[in-house]
Amino acid sequence: MMQHRSHIYGVMGEFGTPEELLHAVEKVREAGYRRFDAFAPFPVEGLSEALGLKRNLVPAITLLGGLAGGIGGFFFQYWAMASTYPLNIGGRPLNSWPAFIPVTFELTILGASLAAVFGMLALNKLPQPNHPVFNVHRFTHASSDRFFVCIESKDRKFDLAECARLLQEVHAHHITEVALD
Amino acid sequence: MSDWNPPVDSPEIRRLTPVIGPGHTFGSVTDKISSIVLTRPTSLGWYIGFLIAFSLMGMMTIAIGWLIIKGVGIWGINIPIGWGFAIVNFVWWIGIGHAGTLISAILFLLNQKWRTSINRFAEAMTLFAVACAGIFPLIHTGRPWMAFYMFPYPSTMGLWPQFRSPLIWDVFAVSTYGTVSLVFWFVGLIPDLATLRDRAVKKPLKIIYGMLSMGWRGSARHWHRYQSAYLLLAGLATPLVLSVHTVVSFDFAIAIVPGWHTTIFPPYFVAGAIYSGFAMVLTIAIPLRKAYGLEDFITMRHLDNMAKVMLATGLIVAYGYFFEFFLSLYSGNKFDVFLVQQRLHGPYAPFYYALILCNILTPQLLWSYKLRHNVAVLFIMSIVVNVGMWLERFVIVVISLTRDFVPSAWGRYSPTVWDWATFIGTIGMFVTLLFLFVRVLPAISIAEMRELVADTSEEKK
Repeated sequence: MMQHRSHIYGVMGEFGTPEELLHAVEKVREAGYRRFDAFAPFPVEGLSEALGLKRNLVPAITLLGGLAGGIGGFFFQYWAMASTYPLNIGGRPLNSWPAFIPVTFELTILGASLAAVFGMLALNKLPQPNHPVFNVHRFTHASSDRFFVCIESKDRKFDLAECARLLQEVHAHHITEVALD
Repeated sequence: MSDWNPPVDSPEIRRLTPVIGPGHTFGSVTDKISSIVLTRPTSLGWYIGFLIAFSLMGMMTIAIGWLIIKGVGIWGINIPIGWGFAIVNFVWWIGIGHAGTLISAILFLLNQKWRTSINRFAEAMTLFAVACAGIFPLIHTGRPWMAFYMFPYPSTMGLWPQFRSPLIWDVFAVSTYGTVSLVFWFVGLIPDLATLRDRAVKKPLKIIYGMLSMGWRGSARHWHRYQSAYLLLAGLATPLVLSVHTVVSFDFAIAIVPGWHTTIFPPYFVAGAIYSGFAMVLTIAIPLRKAYGLEDFITMRHLDNMAKVMLATGLIVAYGYFFEFFLSLYSGNKFDVFLVQQRLHGPYAPFYYALILCNILTPQLLWSYKLRHNVAVLFIMSIVVNVGMWLERFVIVVISLTRDFVPSAWGRYSPTVWDWATFIGTIGMFVTLLFLFVRVLPAISIAEMRELVADTSEEKK
């Protein structure tokens, strides 16, 4: 069992429809596997739940980005207009905060949007041009019309024959070993 | 129930017009859309169109080059009309961009499935329109190489931009809008770039699309976060798009010039922006679906819906014109009343009447179901609205500036050949970018089309 772990990434099964994929993911999870992933050419409804994915960190990162943009933006304007470069325009107050709102608003949106995008990419560990799953010849279909489940060899329960049998039970069309390199 | 025959032309039947042609599968939508980029030979029409557009863009480059050498004196502007074509064109272009964000963000939040096949190129249109818009404020400053003064940077002179000025708000609004539109568009493209990477045959294409897709592999864990990020971006882009034209309208509304100093400007500018933007989406969609045989994806339902949005926003704009008029008269302010007279009887009155004809009267034809389903009529209508919205900005900028408070300070404005060369040149740049976009990137979101196929096949069960 141990020798399998050293040179393969996992076992992959191919499916033709989102329904088959959902069914397979549910079964693999029921069988007690945790380190496995599903691959689909579009976000399949219910797949996250079937995989048992919890809430992710993207919204929190976005909130932080927005707060940083908004608070930073406002106080930067305050500092520039009221402190470091004060202009007396007819004796009007230097902290003319209503006039700072448009830029504060724009910077809030900018901070939040960039945080959402870069946060999502960082959490997904992208860019990552290569990955063991690309070693599977038929995996090119994962970006057009096929669905895949890959049980990773890092899973504590992993056993090549056992995993292949399980994927066969859920009617995978092709079952392939995924090489590490 | 069985002997009840519904009328053939009822709204119920019309609602059944599909947002995607029948018989499509995950594979067929992928093939059809990616083949436009990967396998289809570039047509002669593409080369001719590109050549014309690129020549116009070259004309723009010459006009801007001459401007940089000679200064803004080559334009028709002079005191009191310091804002001529540059601001008219800026507002026009930035308005056009708004429909792309509306389609991609607001219709996404409202769960409108028909947005799927038009959002990608509408977003591209937004980006290119913002790029065209961005040129004008830059070059109208007279010394464009000093444009970085508008950004807050720690200069050795200890200067900061005047953050109380609407012109600085504009810098932040437009640059934020450009940036957010770009990342939103790019995030939407990532799964499609992965598709192109996997389907490309030639090695260089595989590498280029591979780099751009950043190694996207369609993992469910990735999709999970991707969907969160996409939804949040849509939620953020929605207030952003409303704010951008609001800030643009502040450029006018905060000034005390008659006809500009009015609180109706922000909502009426936003409605006008969406109006002109949808017109431009139609102007692009109609030839695009024809040239690449995408009638199955951009169906009559899409064109019909866009025409309806145009009609609705056109009515909001008409309401804006009416109230602008009414408030000027009701205010009793003699300068405002005078402005109304100038619009109706002044030297630029023909532009005002042309504007009413293009923006208010002609679009009323869209009430007709038949005309909304006539592609040629829609195309002409979309051009008419684009012209009308350009005239609107011309009327706002020029009529107010030529005759403001003191008759001794009055003037006249007429654009020079350089004004026209720059304006038409930006249209060339816009079309050039669109041509390149259609050729190298999927003009319709493939991943979202697959989702649509999955949704519609579920409905059938």
